[in-house]
Amino acid sequence: MEIVVCVKQVPDTTEIRFDSGTNTLIREGVPGIVNPFDKNAVEAALQLREKTGGKVTVVTMGPPQAKNALKECIAMGADEAVLVSDRALAGADALATSRALAAAIRALERYDLIICGRQAIDGDTAQVGPGIAECLGIPQVTCVQKIELDGTAARVERETEEGYDVVESGMPLLVTVGKGINVPRYPTVRDTMKANRKEIAVMAAAELQACVRKPGLGGSPVRVRKISAPPPRAQGEVIQAESAAEAVDALLRKLSDRKVI
Amino acid sequence: MALAVNTEKRGGECAAGAPERGAGEKTVGKDKAEYRGVLVYAEQDRGKLKNVGYELLSAGRKLADALGQELAALVIGEDVAGLAPALIARGADKVYVVEGPEYGAYSTDGYAIAMEDVVGACRPSAVLIGATNDGRDLAPRVSCRLGTGLVADCIELGVDEETGLVAWTRPAFGGRILATALCPEHRPQMGTVRPRIFQRPEADAARTGQVIRVASKVQSGDIRTRLLETVQVCAAGCNLEEADVIVSGGRGLGGAEAFALLQNLADTLGGTVGASRAVVDAGWIPAVHQVGQTGKTVGPKIYFACGISGAVQHLAGMSSSDIIIAINKDPDAPIFKVADYGIVGDALEILPLLTAKIGKMLNR
Repeated sequence: MEIVVCVKQVPDTTEIRFDSGTNTLIREGVPGIVNPFDKNAVEAALQLREKTGGKVTVVTMGPPQAKNALKECIAMGADEAVLVSDRALAGADALATSRALAAAIRALERYDLIICGRQAIDGDTAQVGPGIAECLGIPQVTCVQKIELDGTAARVERETEEGYDVVESGMPLLVTVGKGINVPRYPTVRDTMKANRKEIAVMAAAELQACVRKPGLGGSPVRVRKISAPPPRAQGEVIQAESAAEAVDALLRKLSDRKVI
Repeated sequence: MALAVNTEKRGGECAAGAPERGAGEKTVGKDKAEYRGVLVYAEQDRGKLKNVGYELLSAGRKLADALGQELAALVIGEDVAGLAPALIARGADKVYVVEGPEYGAYSTDGYAIAMEDVVGACRPSAVLIGATNDGRDLAPRVSCRLGTGLVADCIELGVDEETGLVAWTRPAFGGRILATALCPEHRPQMGTVRPRIFQRPEADAARTGQVIRVASKVQSGDIRTRLLETVQVCAAGCNLEEADVIVSGGRGLGGAEAFALLQNLADTLGGTVGASRAVVDAGWIPAVHQVGQTGKTVGPKIYFACGISGAVQHLAGMSSSDIIIAINKDPDAPIFKVADYGIVGDALEILPLLTAKIGKMLNR
């Protein structure tokens, strides 16, 4: 079983600030982390490998420092890692990123199952997983909370608005996973040190071959016109009252004045 | 369970030399003017249209009118032609229907082929899709196949004055910024739009429109996944995305038992119970109820946050609610900064009072 996991190094969005004066994100000092959903993807791959044997390869696209994200995945237990990194890939939107990652995965000898996080917490687009599946011409199941493999087929649970669907598919297959699927393991200090010494293969745009005719910004249909801070919600009021009952009455008066109830 | 996966027939732009589909450049440049009108995907579930489809008709109508173009709707399903009049009554000039037993259950493969065919037939300038679980599964598959751009999870749509393009606005970085994006050179311009951002239009039975059936091109083997079972986790409906009222609880409630109080209030108001990540992780309530960046994004008319402190990740999922009511023992909880009304107190004491009094007001 050859399992590929796509990961992204993202800024920790809880630490990021927006400067409305310059309309830019303040990324300075914000740590780069492995996208949390992608850690669930790595964990899912490791658990499947423990059952069925095989190999787990982690793939990312990003600047040279994205190697650190791959090393963290290696420390968790992944076998191999590939970094797709090239200045020509800068500015890639979801489509261009899907194409580049699909090309990198095609360059691997074999892949039976591709696991991606449901979405990256910086862009939040949830597009790259399905995009890779489309580029590779393989089926996809998104928002998966359970994966069972049985020889040549996969049986997965896909989250729905009110529960889940049980879906069966042949392989190769791409799934995206949410955080409900597992709790990612923490690497040991020893494994982290070992992972730091691991050679990470770097793939440049030219090695992605004809699949990516226009890498990066040039092959990206979506252009960001502007960014802004979201309008703040008007400061509301805290109801002052002597007792819970009075507070409730005051709240209901306000809601019925606004014809909400 | 031995299923062979067919990777050749559809998609797979990198799969076999010169690609048959998804070449990705056919919608570029000089053909742009051939793409006209707005197409709304009207998602249905077991023969019932989802509200988000109606909401998109009102957004689509505005866009179409601003561009001086037509508004079309697309419905895909097993036996769905009967849904067309409802879409026409709410603003569609044309309704494309792709029907057949192969669409009885949602499948990425089947629905992507149907949408690709309809886009090919009607050549819309813009396609709007609801950002539901299925919409978020389908849209990127189709946009990638068409080689065009997709802007996900939009909360605002407009027309860019300078270019006449659709201006898609969406939150990013956990809601810390809003980004407005354009798709200048590729057609159609595609976007998914969050439920409950736009009002449902009133039905006007006098409106007329055209129903166009598009023959299904799905062949056996095209649909490579099989739905074995649909499992509903919550007893009552728990579609948070479409709920008018959500009563959510967090760790401040002290224990799983308190969710019965939330359920009572939700039942009284015809609402749905939500939860913070902390209590889902603690196992008090299934993950399907979770609101926030790693759960559902919601926008009800009233959102009750009970015993929820208001971590940024939670706020990212509910701050577009019309009215937020916070009940929390801690007067310094960040939730009070976004709440329209706050009560500092014990939710366990306040909720039963609130439920009883609202019940009386509504005669329930």
